[in-house]
Amino acid sequence: MSKKALWSLLALGILLVGLAAGCATPTPEKVVETVVVTQQVQVEVTKQVEVQVTVIPTEAPAAKLKVFGAFATPIEEPWDGVIHSALLAAQDEGKIEYTYTDDIGYAGDMERVLREVSEQQQPNIIFGDAFGNEEAVRRVAADYPDIAFVFGSGLGPSEPNVSVFDNWIHEPAYLCGMLAGGLTQSNTIGVVGGHPVPEVNRLVNAFVAGAKSVNPEAKVLVTFINSWFDPAAAKEAALAQIDSGADVLYAERFGVIEAAQENSLFAFGNMSDQSDLAPDFVVSSPVWNMNPTVDYIINQVASGAYTAQDLKDFSMVAKGGASLAPFHATESKIPADLAAMVKEREEQIKSGLFRVDIDEQQPQPVN
Amino acid sequence: MDIFLIGLIAATLRVATPLILGTLGELFCERAGILNLGIEGIMFFGAFVGFVVAGASGSLWLGVLAAILAGALAGLLMAFLAVQLGVNQHVSGLGITLLLTGFSLFSFRLVFGEPRVPPSIDPFSRLSPLGETPILGPIFEQYALTYIALAIVPLVWWALYRTSFGLQIRAVGENPEAADAAGVSVYRVRYAALMIGSGLMGAAGAFLSLAQLGAFTYGIIAGRGWVCIALIIFGNWEPIKVLWGALLFGGVFALQLRLQTSGLQLPYEVFLALPYLVTIAALTVAGRNASYPAALLKPYKRE
Repeated sequence: MSKKALWSLLALGILLVGLAAGCATPTPEKVVETVVVTQQVQVEVTKQVEVQVTVIPTEAPAAKLKVFGAFATPIEEPWDGVIHSALLAAQDEGKIEYTYTDDIGYAGDMERVLREVSEQQQPNIIFGDAFGNEEAVRRVAADYPDIAFVFGSGLGPSEPNVSVFDNWIHEPAYLCGMLAGGLTQSNTIGVVGGHPVPEVNRLVNAFVAGAKSVNPEAKVLVTFINSWFDPAAAKEAALAQIDSGADVLYAERFGVIEAAQENSLFAFGNMSDQSDLAPDFVVSSPVWNMNPTVDYIINQVASGAYTAQDLKDFSMVAKGGASLAPFHATESKIPADLAAMVKEREEQIKSGLFRVDIDEQQPQPVN
Repeated sequence: MDIFLIGLIAATLRVATPLILGTLGELFCERAGILNLGIEGIMFFGAFVGFVVAGASGSLWLGVLAAILAGALAGLLMAFLAVQLGVNQHVSGLGITLLLTGFSLFSFRLVFGEPRVPPSIDPFSRLSPLGETPILGPIFEQYALTYIALAIVPLVWWALYRTSFGLQIRAVGENPEAADAAGVSVYRVRYAALMIGSGLMGAAGAFLSLAQLGAFTYGIIAGRGWVCIALIIFGNWEPIKVLWGALLFGGVFALQLRLQTSGLQLPYEVFLALPYLVTIAALTVAGRNASYPAALLKPYKRE
C-alpha cells in the first residue's frame, strides 16, 4: 500500500471518529425476559395419600414494550426534545424499554435508520418526527405493519399503522398573547419565529389574537429568521423589534429571551417552560407535553387496540397535552385583574367553553 | 439621526464581529496556501470550549482564551492533515468541521446532560466608551470583543505586509518552492498560519456564545463559517477589503431584520435573501479579478 493511500486511510479514520461522535447513540440494553412456567404435578403413590402441590397462579409479567425514538434533529432542538422527554419519563416509570437515535437529518438517512431498527431491534412502537421525511416514514411503515409508527407530522395518518401528532399549543399561545397585550406599555409586541410553517403560524396567530382580545390597540410585529436554530440571528431580530418600539417579546425560537433580558423587558418562551433562561423576565411559555400522547399509545399497543389515527387532541389543553407555564418570579409583576382574566379563559378552554381559532395562514409582518 | 439608523449601525457592528474574526482567521490560512474548510466546526468548537471554560472558571476572558487555544489546537490538526500529510484540503477541512461539530455536541451532553433549556451564563456586557454622547454614544455601545475585532484588522494588515513573518506567509502561499529555496520552512510557516488563523476562528465562536448569547446551543454558528469563506473571495484576500465585506454583509443582515417589521408589503423571503444577494452581486463584480494565492489548495512536498 502506498504511503499516500495510508494517509488517506488515516484521514478517513479521523472522519469516521467524528461521525461516530456525532451520532451519539446509547447502546440498547438487553432485555431479559423472565418466563415463569406453571406446571401441574401429579404424583402417584402406592398409599392413598393425596399430595397437594400448591401451584401459585403467576401471570407472566407483561414484557415491557420496546420503543424506539427516531429524531431528525439533535434532541437539544425543543420540538424533538419534548417527544424525547416524554419517552424518557415513560421509561423511568418502567412502562417501556426506550432507545433512540437523533440528528438523523433530512438527507435520506431516516429510511435507513427506520429499516435497520425495524429489522434488528423490532420495537413495538417507533416515535419520531416525520417533518422533511414524510414519505420515507410511510414507506418503511408499510413494510412493517406490526410496528406502530407514531410520528410528528403536518399530514394525516396512514392505515394501518402510522399515527400522527403535532404541537397543538395554540391555546396557551393565545393565553400568552393575552398576557402580552395586558403587559405592553408601548402597545407594541414583538414575535420572532423560525419558518412560517403551519406549526409556527397557528401559534403566532393565536398569540396575536390573544393580544388583540385584551388590547385592540396593540401592534404585533412578526419576524421570521428562516432557521430553526440560529439564536444569534433571533436575538438580532428581537433587538430590531425593540428598536421599533416593542416592549414585550414572544420567543418562538431561542435567542429572543436574551434580548429581552438585556433590555429588562418581559418575554414569553415557547414549547417548554423557559423561565430558567431569565427568571425575572420570562412571564410564561406555552408548554407542549407529550406524556398524554405517549401514555395513550402505550396503552393502545399493549392492549392490542392500536390503530392509525390523528392524535391531535392529546396535545391540547383539555387532555393535558398543552399548558400555560407557571409565572414563577414574575407573578407579582402581573396585574391581578389581568391574571384573573387569563385564569378564567384558561378554565374556559379546559372545559371546552372557549375554542381558540386555528389559523395557519402566514401572519402579517405587522398586525 | 433617528433610532432606526443608530440601531442599524450598532447592529451591523454586532453582526459583523464574528464574521470579521472568522474571516481574518481564514485569511491567515489561505494566504499561506491552505483552504481551511474546518472553519465552521472550529467556530463551533470555540463557542463550546469558551462557554464551558467561562462557566467553570467564572471568567469570561478565560473562556475567550480557551476558545482561542482550542481553535489553535484544531488548526494544528488541520496542519497535520493538510500540510504534513498533504491530504486533500477540501476533505481534511470538511472532516474537521464534522469531527468538531460532533465532538462538541457529544461533549456538551457529557458536561450538561440533556437540559430542556440551554444552560446559560451571564455574558459580556457592552461597553459604552462614549457614554451618553448623542448618536455616537449608542452606536459605540459594543462588546469589548467587537473593538478587539476591529483593532485586529489593521494589525493583521501590518503583520502580513510589514513583517518578515507576514512575508513568509505570503511567500509560502504564492510559491512554496521559491520560499523553500530561500530558506523558509514551508511546513513551519503553514503550521503557524493555520494555528493563528484557527485561533481567531475560535474567538469568533466565543463571541457568539460568550458575548452575543451567554449560552451554547446546537446550531449556534449557523453557517457563519461558510459566509466567511465567501467574504475572503469578496475581499480579494486583503484584510481591509475583507473588513468592508463583513460590514456589508452584517449591515444588510441588520437592515433586512428592520425592513421585515417596517410594514413593507414584500414577502419576508425577499428580505432574508438580501444579504446573500448583495454578497453574490458584490462577488461577481469584485471576484472577476480575484487574485487568490497561487499555491492555494496545493500540498507542498519537499523533493
